[in-house]
Order: sequence, then structure tokens, then C-alpha cells
Amino acid sequence: MKLVYFAWVRERVGKAEEELVPPASVKTVAELMRWLGGRGEEYAYAFEQAKSIRAAIDKRHVRPDTAIAGAREIAFFPPMTGG
Amino acid sequence: MQTTVRLQREAFDTAAEAAALTRGRTDIGALVTFTGICRGAESSEPIAALTLEHYPGMAEAEITRHVEEAKSRWPLLGVTVIHRYGRIAPGENIVLVVTASSHREAAFAAAEFLMDYLKTQAPFWKQVESANGRSWVDAKDADDTAAARWGKTPGRDAAE
Repeated sequence: MKLVYFAWVRERVGKAEEELVPPASVKTVAELMRWLGGRGEEYAYAFEQAKSIRAAIDKRHVRPDTAIAGAREIAFFPPMTGG
Repeated sequence: MQTTVRLQREAFDTAAEAAALTRGRTDIGALVTFTGICRGAESSEPIAALTLEHYPGMAEAEITRHVEEAKSRWPLLGVTVIHRYGRIAPGENIVLVVTASSHREAAFAAAEFLMDYLKTQAPFWKQVESANGRSWVDAKDADDTAAARWGKTPGRDAAE
């Protein structure tokens, strides 16, 4: 699946997007964040405050307990500050 | 019902956008325009500019969902939402919401509703450029409180 990152999540991970296939045991958005956090120093830094990171699946806001099965694109970003 | 949702780098002309919404019509009795402008200081520190990052595709979709929600809540005759991205200098406009209705109550309420949701649900992030370097703007609890008073909406149901 395609993962996309915005704002300081993007800066900490060091890339705007990537294609990754998480193991089958990773079933929810929260589990995906934990798994990503274990992929190296920059990911650990990006996802250390997992509670303050928001997620979207296929361009819709989702909660951390949402299943990721069937998702084409999952986005992670800080709370929004537009307007 | 005329609906325009636009994301752009360039500045917009508030008066021209308002005129475009009412041109040739006599059913509109109230038009509210809100313009968000880049301040020259953030927490009393002078700033050089703001840079707005957005999530292409989702930003348009999220704003459109909330415009649809506003149309289902109030008898609107037209809505225009324009949100800029990229580098914006102090004094330049950032966001425009125009709402048209027969009477003012609906136009005022819908404009406020749309702004509250743009602040908390539309995928935009502001970065401040100042003498101290660059820093991301933190989300404000007051904006969440303002958005919460409107109850559940399409974006919120999924997110909270």
C-alpha cells in the first residue's frame, strides 16, 4: 500500500511517500503506526507521539482502531492548522 | 445552487468572487464573505511568511463534504470556498468563504460552520518562517471547541 506523510511527520520520516507491505499481523491504523515506529530511528522519532498523529485512509479521516484491510493509500499527519 | 471549491497558489479577489456569486440573481438577500489573512506576528513574534502544505485530493474532498453538509443544514443559494497553499506573506489573503442565502441567519451560520471545519478537518498545515527559522503551527484547542459546537459532521464521525 501507499503511505503518505505530511508536515512534521513527513520531515521526521524524511520522505513524502513510499510503498510498503506491512505484515498480515498489522490490522489497524494504530498497529500500523507501531509497526512503522519500529522501522528505524527516523520512524521512531516520527511516530513517538502516536496519539497526536492523525490518519486518513483513501483521503478520509479515520480513527486509530480502523482496519487497514483494502486500503490503497494511508496518510499520517499532525492535527490540521488550515483556515 | 452555485458551489465553487478551489485550491490555488495565487491570491484571490474577494470582491470579484462575491460578485460572481450574485451576478444576475435577485433571489439572494444576504451574502457573507469571510477572508482569513496572514498576520505579521505569531504569539507576538514577527514572522516573515507562512507556508501552507496541503494534501492534494483530500483537501478538495474534505471541503466539498463540508459544503454539502452546510447545504443540508441551511437554505443556501450559493457557496464559494477558496483556500491557498504555498508561501504567503503577511497581509496576503489565505482563505475565502462566501455564503449566499435569502436571509442573513443562514448565510452567517453557514460561513462560521465552514470556517470552523476548515480549521480542524481540512488537511492543511501552516509553517511559520521567522528570524528563528521555521516551525510548524500547533493546532489550537479553541478551534476544536469551536468546531465541536456544530455536532457531528461527515468528517468528524469518522475521525472521532
